[in-house]
Amino acid sequence: MEVLGIILAGVLINNFVFMQYLGICPFLGVSKNLDMATGMSGAVIFVMTLASAVTAVLEQYVLKPMELEYLRTIAYILVIASFVQLVEIFMKKTLPGLYQALGIYLPLITTNCAVLGAAMLNVTKSYGVALSTLNGFAGALGWSLAIIIFAGIRERWKLMDIPATLDGFPLALISTGLMSLAFLGFSGLFSNLVK
Amino acid sequence: MNEKRASLGYDFIKGFIKENPTFALAVGMCPTLAVTTSLVNGFWMGIAVIFVLTFSNVFVSLLRKVIPDEIRVPIFIILIATPVVIVELVMKAYMPAMYNILGIFVPLIVVNCIILHRAESFAHKNPILNSVMDALGSGMAFTLNLMVIGAIREFLGTGQLAIGSLVFPKAPLFEPAVVMLTPPGGFITLGVLMALLNIVVARAGKRKQTESPRG
Repeated sequence: MEVLGIILAGVLINNFVFMQYLGICPFLGVSKNLDMATGMSGAVIFVMTLASAVTAVLEQYVLKPMELEYLRTIAYILVIASFVQLVEIFMKKTLPGLYQALGIYLPLITTNCAVLGAAMLNVTKSYGVALSTLNGFAGALGWSLAIIIFAGIRERWKLMDIPATLDGFPLALISTGLMSLAFLGFSGLFSNLVK
Repeated sequence: MNEKRASLGYDFIKGFIKENPTFALAVGMCPTLAVTTSLVNGFWMGIAVIFVLTFSNVFVSLLRKVIPDEIRVPIFIILIATPVVIVELVMKAYMPAMYNILGIFVPLIVVNCIILHRAESFAHKNPILNSVMDALGSGMAFTLNLMVIGAIREFLGTGQLAIGSLVFPKAPLFEPAVVMLTPPGGFITLGVLMALLNIVVARAGKRKQTESPRG
């Protein structure tokens, strides 16, 4: 039941973009068309799930036993940055097809605050390794849902006559606001499952 | 001498208008939206960012000739993460209430694009004094943005403005719109502010255009 709760919370109720303001920069930057959004989503799901697992292991087996919790920020960001680099090198060698598809988006992920944010949230919720990985995966799924819906909306803009003052960021932010208002409707749903 | 002073002043000023982090460059959006539920929250987040930005700009600028180009981003990240840990520990010790409100957005200053952006585009190429001015300018402009957005959201969301124990006005003037304090309120406030700014910029541009042929 806890598993179901974490997935529901990550995808709908505590959606990273709409409810927690995490990963807004790539959300606004890479959502101009649907193909880019899908590519980025793939990269984020992949990296965020594995980064959550790696940081959870680091927390449980290195930082906690050695009482180094105060170095958490610096340790996490180093692990995430080198992990992204590692994934890039590994993919280039073994999965050239996937690397071609995700290639340009991978380095961008280091500065996606959703990845570090997910790792930090796992600590505040004191999840173990398995639940942290699941939480990272669910959060990434929610982020992908958000950016894919939003890219769909943005593609329709091309057919519309948008006032010059609203074009670009203002309209993007206002539409995100309206979508976030819709997602606000999920809060309180399944309150017995979601903590 | 005179020329040098002018360029230092410019490095400070450009952060406010031409390279305003939020409105011109659109970097650092996550904290801009997340912590601006009140003026005071915005202020303290801004102070933390000013400290981190100045620290990282100074060290990036000092080491700019030593850092190899290929691995500069990981090095920048270490130089940024160090002051962030300092801020985190100081805030936890002396301002536990504010630390709890800002939550994970204090450690997330590490991945705040403003700081990496300033390191990459300015401090990496410029001498130390200019980098300090650049950091102070961008940081203060960021703080000002957060405070303005925070003040608007707090006023519309609670009907009042609170600075410490000073609350103005004493009783809410109107029925507060709580939605302004929730995530949608943040997105919409920032969107509307950007649109208003676009109108102002467009007006100013038009005036310049009509004036220039004459003069």
